[in-house]
Amino acid sequence: MAKRVEATNVNAYYGSFKAIEDVNIVVEPKTVTALIGPSGCGKSTFLRSINRMHEVLPNARVEGTLTLDQENIYDKHVDVTAVRRLIGMVFQRPNPFPTMSIFDNVVAGLKLNGVNKKAVLQEAAEKSLRSANLWDEVKDRLDKPGAGLSGGQQQRLCIARTIAVEPQVVLMDEPCSALDPISTLAIEDLIFKLKDRFTIIIVTHNMQQAARVSDRTAFFSIERTGDPGRLIEYDDTQKIFSNPSVKKTEDYITGRFG
Amino acid sequence: MGDTPPRSVDASAGGPGAHSTRAAGAAASSDGPTDNNGRGGGSSLPRAKAFGAEPAFRGLTQASGIMVLVIIVAIAVFLISEAIPALRANQENFFTFNEWHAQSSDPRFGIAAIVFGTVLSAVIALVVAVPIALGIALFLSHYAHRRIATWLGFVIDLLAAVPSVVFGLWGRSVFIEPVRDFSVWLNHYFSWIPLFGGNGPFGNSILLGSLVLAIMVLPIVTSLSREVFMQTPKQNEEAALALGATKWEMVRTAVLPYGRPGVIAAVMLGLGRALGETIALAMTLGSSFIITANVIQNGGVTIASNIANGFGEADDIGRGALIASGLVLFTITLVVNMIARVIIYRRREFTDVAA
Ligand SMILES: Nc1ncnc2c1ncn2[C@@H]1O[C@H](COP(=O)(O)OP(=O)(O)OP(=O)(O)O)[C@@H](O)[C@H]1O
Ligand SMILES: [Mg+2]
Repeated sequence: MAKRVEATNVNAYYGSFKAIEDVNIVVEPKTVTALIGPSGCGKSTFLRSINRMHEVLPNARVEGTLTLDQENIYDKHVDVTAVRRLIGMVFQRPNPFPTMSIFDNVVAGLKLNGVNKKAVLQEAAEKSLRSANLWDEVKDRLDKPGAGLSGGQQQRLCIARTIAVEPQVVLMDEPCSALDPISTLAIEDLIFKLKDRFTIIIVTHNMQQAARVSDRTAFFSIERTGDPGRLIEYDDTQKIFSNPSVKKTEDYITGRFG
Repeated sequence: MGDTPPRSVDASAGGPGAHSTRAAGAAASSDGPTDNNGRGGGSSLPRAKAFGAEPAFRGLTQASGIMVLVIIVAIAVFLISEAIPALRANQENFFTFNEWHAQSSDPRFGIAAIVFGTVLSAVIALVVAVPIALGIALFLSHYAHRRIATWLGFVIDLLAAVPSVVFGLWGRSVFIEPVRDFSVWLNHYFSWIPLFGGNGPFGNSILLGSLVLAIMVLPIVTSLSREVFMQTPKQNEEAALALGATKWEMVRTAVLPYGRPGVIAAVMLGLGRALGETIALAMTLGSSFIITANVIQNGGVTIASNIANGFGEADDIGRGALIASGLVLFTITLVVNMIARVIIYRRREFTDVAA
């Protein structure tokens, strides 16, 4: 169910601008890894490199090696859509398909995979919605538009949609930044629960959140604007938040910079 | 209209001079002499102006709205009063008779053939044009390189600017050649299909008229669809891609459903244009009042082309008859538009929250 993600010397570019440089990181299966760091240091860029969403943008490219259980996802023989099915993604702003019902949103990925049997879809929808802690709230209105839910519910809907295709890894880019504290807690509970089945990498600006949900924390930073972002320190979350070995990490965590 | 911005600024400040007094926290009684409209009554809140820009603008918009209604009603009354004498004099059933002999002595006319020709040519035109237009629109919005897309979009907009009489001339003198060859070929191999039967002559047919129409509606449908496709939220496209969709699957999951109401509106606009197109069809159709499924033989006539061809020589009754047929055309386009609205509104629950 869950796989190891390993990045070796990853560089990512937007045109000629190098956004991240020489990122090396190993993310173990069934753990939660938090990516933290000041704005513009390349957290989103790195996250999007992991499921090859970076290259969707015009002129954007990635160098280096990224492997999923030893398989290089950037190998030229690899089918990029297969990579994205194995590595799901939840975005910063909830983005359910506006023209689809709640049910259709959840099973959208399965339908893309060619699953069309009604019974199978129904079962998968219920399972995913239950996993996303949303089933009780929406079970009576599955045919209503997904965009009619509250922001927090929409985000859980997007999580349900992502896990419905049974990925190996789930990437989340500031999934709670558009949500209120209650919805944020609901999502954090959910992340904790999903850890049993998936490898989770989450970008967050919220230190408490990183400390609460993650096992490991990676701190990214940049020297000056215009410089590429680098991975400064990567360690157990406890260690990062209690006794970081790099001064810069400590400054950031204690709020003295960034 | 020109003085609207300064006046509204004025109104929001509670009238000239009110600003400083309010800032000083003074009561309404100390306001300047011009300020009775701005504030008063001892209240500390500025009063709405009786003659401000807001009411004036509302009056203006209301007046223009009423004016449009009055004009429409006046036109309708005029047309109907012209049409009634001709319809009274008609010796045949106006709705089921298919020939058109509209003159003062022994007038016999009916709309069966011209309505049939109108609808048939418009439908064929859309069947040909819409898939091509949607293909081009998608290519422009999601597949083509930026520079090519701009350039091609420009060319297509240029096509929309060609006057219909030019299309008509081109259709009857140039485009007719390949269409005739194609018709002969169709007739040779597919004459067992009623659409392509007959013994000729071929060329000035519903097919030629419809293809010219198709070229004419293509730019409208293309540029409107392209607009709505380009408005698809990036985040929904990314959501589809992140689920492992290929580009085409992404288009089907995110772009097409999102653009559906807009595409329907575009098609309906195209249909409106095709139904009402006059001169290009008057110049390309062979003008016969026979109701037949055959689209390649010389012939075909539409309401608008019939009016264009006949209005010059028509006497009073003839003119009234043509006006009556024009009212029928108007009704058809109205119904088409209403159907389009029903289709768009039926999924409003979904499109509303999407906006
Ligand atoms: N589409 C893009 N085109 C060009 N440059 C980009 C693009 N997206 C991001 N960048 C640049 O890449 C660098 C890293 O951006 P990224 O979005 O990865 O930062 P981030 O760490 O996620 O920041 P935040 O915390 O604000 O989300 C920034 O300098 C940014 O300006
Ligand atoms: Mg970011």
